[in-house]
Amino acid sequence: MDNTRDSSIRNKTDVEAGLYIHVPFCKTKCPYCDFYSVTDLTLVEEWLNLLIQEMEFYKDVFGTFDTIYLGGGTPTVLSNTVLTDLFQKLRRKFSFKDNTEITVEANPDDVTPEKLELLKDLGVNRLSIGVQSFNDEELTFLKRRHSVKGTEEALHWINEAGFSNFGIDLIYGLPGQTVANWMVNLQKALPFQPTHLSCYQLTIEKTTPFGKMLKQGILQGCTEKQGRDFFLETSRFLEENGFIHYEISNFARGNGFRSHHNCKYWHHIPYLGLGPAAHSFLGRTRWWNHRSVKRYCADLQKGMPPVEESESLTSEQERLEKLFLGLRTNEGVKMDDVFPRSQTNSSLDDMVKKRLITVHGDRIIPTKKGFLMADRLPLLFP
Amino acid sequence: MKQIRNFSIIAHIDHGKSTLADRLIQYTHLVDDRQFRDQILDTMDIERERGITIKSQSVNLPYTSKSGEEFELNLIDTPGHVDFSYEVSRALASCEGVLLLVDASQGVEAQTLANLYAAMEHDLVVIPVINKIDLPSADIDGVKEEIENELGLDPETSLLCSAKEGRGIEEILEAIVERIPPPKGNAEKPLTALIFDAQYDSFRGTIVSCRIFDGTLKPGDIIRPMSTGATYKVEEVGIFRLKLDPVKELSAGMVGYVIAGIKTVSDTRIGDTITREANPAPAPLPGFKEVKPVVFSSIYPIASDDYQSLAEALEKYKLNDAALVYQKDSSAALGQGFRCGFLGLLHLEIVQERLEREFDQSIILTVPSVQYRFELTDGTTVTVDNPAHYPDPTHIRKTEEPYIRASILVPERYVGSVIKLCMDRRGMNQRMNYPTPGRVEITFDMPLAEVVFDFYDKLKSITQGYGSFDYELIDYRESDLVKLDILVNGEKVDALSIIVHRDRARDRAVIVCERLKDEIPRQQFKIAIQGAIGGKIIARSTISPFRKDVTAKCYGGDITRKRKLLEKQKKGKKRMSVVGNVEIPQSAFLAALKTDNE
Repeated sequence: MDNTRDSSIRNKTDVEAGLYIHVPFCKTKCPYCDFYSVTDLTLVEEWLNLLIQEMEFYKDVFGTFDTIYLGGGTPTVLSNTVLTDLFQKLRRKFSFKDNTEITVEANPDDVTPEKLELLKDLGVNRLSIGVQSFNDEELTFLKRRHSVKGTEEALHWINEAGFSNFGIDLIYGLPGQTVANWMVNLQKALPFQPTHLSCYQLTIEKTTPFGKMLKQGILQGCTEKQGRDFFLETSRFLEENGFIHYEISNFARGNGFRSHHNCKYWHHIPYLGLGPAAHSFLGRTRWWNHRSVKRYCADLQKGMPPVEESESLTSEQERLEKLFLGLRTNEGVKMDDVFPRSQTNSSLDDMVKKRLITVHGDRIIPTKKGFLMADRLPLLFP
Repeated sequence: MKQIRNFSIIAHIDHGKSTLADRLIQYTHLVDDRQFRDQILDTMDIERERGITIKSQSVNLPYTSKSGEEFELNLIDTPGHVDFSYEVSRALASCEGVLLLVDASQGVEAQTLANLYAAMEHDLVVIPVINKIDLPSADIDGVKEEIENELGLDPETSLLCSAKEGRGIEEILEAIVERIPPPKGNAEKPLTALIFDAQYDSFRGTIVSCRIFDGTLKPGDIIRPMSTGATYKVEEVGIFRLKLDPVKELSAGMVGYVIAGIKTVSDTRIGDTITREANPAPAPLPGFKEVKPVVFSSIYPIASDDYQSLAEALEKYKLNDAALVYQKDSSAALGQGFRCGFLGLLHLEIVQERLEREFDQSIILTVPSVQYRFELTDGTTVTVDNPAHYPDPTHIRKTEEPYIRASILVPERYVGSVIKLCMDRRGMNQRMNYPTPGRVEITFDMPLAEVVFDFYDKLKSITQGYGSFDYELIDYRESDLVKLDILVNGEKVDALSIIVHRDRARDRAVIVCERLKDEIPRQQFKIAIQGAIGGKIIARSTISPFRKDVTAKCYGGDITRKRKLLEKQKKGKKRMSVVGNVEIPQSAFLAALKTDNE
């Protein structure tokens, strides 16, 4: 990706970019997860050194950032020294706006008062906790290393440490789970006062152990009808409890508590992704790193950007991305972004009639029903 | 003056015709070994892949016999399929003898017989050649017995060869010059030249292949195909040496080509006689007939805005295939298209494949239909090959469909299953004949429509490849026919309507409803698929609506993949036809139109 150093590719938008760091390490692998990670923690040191080298390639490309997101993998498996070093280097190489949203994903099992203290000191002001469930049987099924008790303790410490902005990740649609079972999870989450909830339907990805079990017929996802019930109940319950359903799977206790970093993905705002398998986006170009620590490191050792592939969007592709990404959020899409030369189309009326979308001024906003069909919705546009 | 021999190779499919032709060509050193490739006469990809010859090619082989005499041997290759039997007959009419090729392990098969009868009709000298003697399963004595008993030929006259290994080639060449008589004909008489093939060349126009019976033909002559009356000035004549090899003159007995500014192959008719405008022949050569299509189907572009491109492709294709007939057609479901007539199902498949491959068209073909006859209450008779033109049922007095006589040759152990297949296909008047111990020739009268539906594939599979099949059209017979319509959410999908025998309608309807159910993507509402005769529903299936269709996660690493999927879906959508409010993808039409029952 030598062209990233070319001055023609610069963040020229007036919106600040987001910075993502992929920490490709986990203590154990969860059978449903298809994010890239390895369990060989001896590679951490080399990864960190080369990650710092990778930063060099993008020094002046993205301008000022206003979000940092440490995701994975499991960022909290990193030692205090590694975390400290990493943040120090980030601050040295890049410039950040005041009040930058700095999120770290954390496994409840790794959360200790000391860890929280360190994160605070490093400037982290938002946590995303991979709780997944408040039911021990479900946690065992998901092969999580924490228990409900440990989770509750971790959340308590988070409250204690004064992290006022944190999110809880939960999964629904587990085999045998009823909507009532699931609601218990949500009810148990709320007393900890999270500002954010991510509620994902269990998606069985082909390449994961669950995917293999599905193929062998020893695991079954929930039906479409069940998925719909889970989704609508979740939305109803959380909205009743003061949350905004701002993206298919994401809820915030007020607009200020949305994940500003993740919103960049949905609104086509530039982001730089560092680390193996991380994706970056700038202007109309998207590129992504090798999905392999080895290949990632090998390229950097040769002084090359560890880029696996890049693509440059045509205006039609850009339009399509804006459309399908926007339609996943409660902000929808701008009419002008979807219908060039302000030609609207009868298909719009049809979608309104089918209650999939509503039109607010110059924006097309998906309804709940629209959210449920968000993967098909873009196909109904011309 | 070199002596001439004109001959063809006739064989059942896969008995090694093209390989033997290759060896003969190599033996006579017409082409450098380095430039040689297998199936050299089969120039189309589809011919090579399917191992069949579609367009006949001819080649002029220079040969010096053992006795030192020089010969020109004209090998007139013939298409190897029953759909092209008329072309075969014209090629045979241009010869004095044939090599009748029999596979040493397969023995005599239905087409071997049909081919022999055709050769005998033309009083040709038949040289039986037993090929593939290198195979471990070769049964030379058995095949000789079959040649004697089934073909009625003297087995002692048969030659042995392995075209694959190049064995026995010289003996064959010697037999050709010794046994096949030289062509008769008189160069002084008025010109009669039989057209046995025509090919289109974008630079030179139509290249007409012909056999000169009497007279001579040279550049500058004004000629006239006797069935049309148009006249042309000859630009070039020549012989086939794997390329066009111009000569000063073609004269009686010779086989060669004529280029005379004839625009398309449709301006020539295979079987027609060319004569000279001045001093014409008193009568054309016998046997000319216009070939008529027997199988009909509509071709639609998958994307309706490709209609113009399809129209142009068909026009170009037609330049080289006079047997294809077509006219405009239109369907509410599939838009503008063409109703086409074919010589048979293979011909249909060839047209389809070539349009797709060579002309880059994405097309949908409707269920092949035969030509039905309807006698109406007002006393008139109409022929209908398109379900869209099915008459008002209340006005139909009598319906008829074309019948064929199918002749099937199988080892005895398959007789039961073959009879069952034929009965299933409404076969009647069964006759059996035991030409040699262990083998049975079964004849059935069957509706042509039943053969058009994958009959040959079925026969091959139930006989493990040993069954062979040939047919001829016999007559029209009364039949209880109905029009089966397919409805999607109450709307008729006209392109899926078929005319079918009443007893068959329900099975067919069930199959189509099930296939559509599998292929039509679910939508936000319930979709009902029905099969109906008139107003009566005889089959039904339902597609349940989407209740939820959204992936849980979409972050930086998911966007490209998701966009690509949408792009693919959008592209697929462009290829969908909308019936009522239901989008039907091309794959659904293809699946519904597939004729087999699996």
